[in-house]
Amino acid sequence: MSFTLLIVQTLNGLQFGVLLFLIAAGLTLVFGVMDFINLAHGVQYMLGAYLAVMFYALTGNFLIALVAALGAALLFGLLLEFTVFRHLYDRDHLEQVIATFGIILFLNQGVKVVWGAAPLSLPIPEILSGTVVLSPGILYPVWRLMIIGSGLAVALILYLLVSRTRVGMLVRAGATHAPIVSALGVDIRRLFMIVFGFGTMLAAFAGVMIAPILSVEPGMGDSVLILAFVVIVIGGIGSMRGAFIAALLIGLVDTLGRSFAIDILRLVMPPSPARTVGPAIASMLIYVLMALVLYFRPAGLFPAKGR
Amino acid sequence: MSLNRRTEALPIAIFLVLALAPVAASFGAETYLLGLFTRVMIYGIAALALDFLCGYGGLVSFGHAAFVGIGAYTAAIFGAHGVSEIAITLPVALIVSALFAYLTGTVCLRTKSVYFIMITLAFGQMIYFVAGSLSPYGGDDGLTLPLRSTLFGFPILENDRALYYAVLAFLLGSYLLLRAIVASRFGRVFRGSKENPTRMATIGFDVFRYQRVAYVIAGCIGGLAGFLLANATEFVSPSYMSWQRSGELIIMVLFGGIGTLHGAIVGAAAFLLLEDMLGGVTENWKLIFGPMLVLIVLFARGGLLGLASSIKERLSRG
Repeated sequence: MSFTLLIVQTLNGLQFGVLLFLIAAGLTLVFGVMDFINLAHGVQYMLGAYLAVMFYALTGNFLIALVAALGAALLFGLLLEFTVFRHLYDRDHLEQVIATFGIILFLNQGVKVVWGAAPLSLPIPEILSGTVVLSPGILYPVWRLMIIGSGLAVALILYLLVSRTRVGMLVRAGATHAPIVSALGVDIRRLFMIVFGFGTMLAAFAGVMIAPILSVEPGMGDSVLILAFVVIVIGGIGSMRGAFIAALLIGLVDTLGRSFAIDILRLVMPPSPARTVGPAIASMLIYVLMALVLYFRPAGLFPAKGR
Repeated sequence: MSLNRRTEALPIAIFLVLALAPVAASFGAETYLLGLFTRVMIYGIAALALDFLCGYGGLVSFGHAAFVGIGAYTAAIFGAHGVSEIAITLPVALIVSALFAYLTGTVCLRTKSVYFIMITLAFGQMIYFVAGSLSPYGGDDGLTLPLRSTLFGFPILENDRALYYAVLAFLLGSYLLLRAIVASRFGRVFRGSKENPTRMATIGFDVFRYQRVAYVIAGCIGGLAGFLLANATEFVSPSYMSWQRSGELIIMVLFGGIGTLHGAIVGAAAFLLLEDMLGGVTENWKLIFGPMLVLIVLFARGGLLGLASSIKERLSRG
């Protein structure tokens, strides 16, 4: 394993982690404030990507496509909130799981009907499509750096929003003492709607940003959704800081594990079994990590207070 | 559990229908119907175990398909090495399932509610990806069983009807076993741990250990279902343990009415028959099925059995 590869894969891991954070942030907010398991969060990420592809085909401009996709995803999210989700907030978790599972089935099939089952792609904007030289001999795509940068920027904005603004204060209070916040005269329904809409936009943003790298296809949100769950469970449900740290951790562990598992195993066993066992171990790694964290800290690394 | 005649009527009817179904099927598309009902009963077994966890212990596992997968892969991997003796493969399938349930249960059961749902989901995904990376055994493509399991060398399951009745016997066995467990002292403690874990702990019960034993029991029964599934389809693939499968098992339990045991069998039948019917109408059946789930959750609490009894109540009130 070479040093160059290590640097490149570390950056890839960071990029993956930042992406997971964008998705997990909305999930943990919705979860923390409304105690609502939204399995349909992953399809909102998928929808973001599809909408961007559609608007890009219409306008030919990435920025316009991005903004339009975010707007459309927000509207769609609010529509879902209004018609379905708000009737589920005071139901038990099992019912929330089933209803949002139904929405996943519907939307995964829906995009197949509307856009076809074949994977679509979104081109990288011209000026950001090159590579940069990190140090002699190490090239890295600008777009991936762009994802890392924008993800970190969103994290900073979220931090400021949650810790410095009035809405953020209500969100923090709502995460631990929702009935009291409501009793103090805050319109909790409206707060829920704002939080939900914001979470939806973050997921859609993640979908748009990753679309040029991955193929846009039905079901692309499902695997990411589960990783986002792993992230918020490790980080502590409702904790933004926890989600951020856990997302980067998962991104790095998963990416580095997949790249180097075989090489590391070769140190202790012959190459042929290493090639068989390596991928299996690599794919288990983050779940083992989660098990370890939860074994020692059942409420995650940074449990929100009062829960 | 009160054992009056009314509550007994439905389970008896269910098993009678299942016992007589092959006779009715012989007048129609027999192989197709037998296959469909065999699948209904196999998923019924898995859903029974999940209903035991969710309905009686309040443990909503979103990774139950993992056990189905473990049972199925045990049968298939032994089959790939030329061993298809039930006396060997079934005990191993149960032991591996139990071991996985014990290990993951030790971690999962330390957590509560939402965390429990997610951590079981994550462990299910873990097993799913492991199965996908087993390249000697087909990887993502899965692998075919060379033949169905044999008992002491006799190919007793080769005949579809024989397999059907074997599965029915296992379903009845699992149902009676779980019912006996629910009614036992152990079952009362387990149910108490759902109602009020703090109080159970204060009385002096180690709630965690009771829940772990229940989790292992449910895992074993899930493994049994997987073992039978591999025999019925003569094929296994990682998709048996995808998280969608776990979700479908929860849907079955909810469909039938949670916490009734026999409801899980009704739910499995309702789900698979509905899937089969809608799938016959349009390939986009999920477009209909998805919103249906949402409507069921919003308007039909208590599942099909709950719906039936609330209609009955309304009718008798006049």
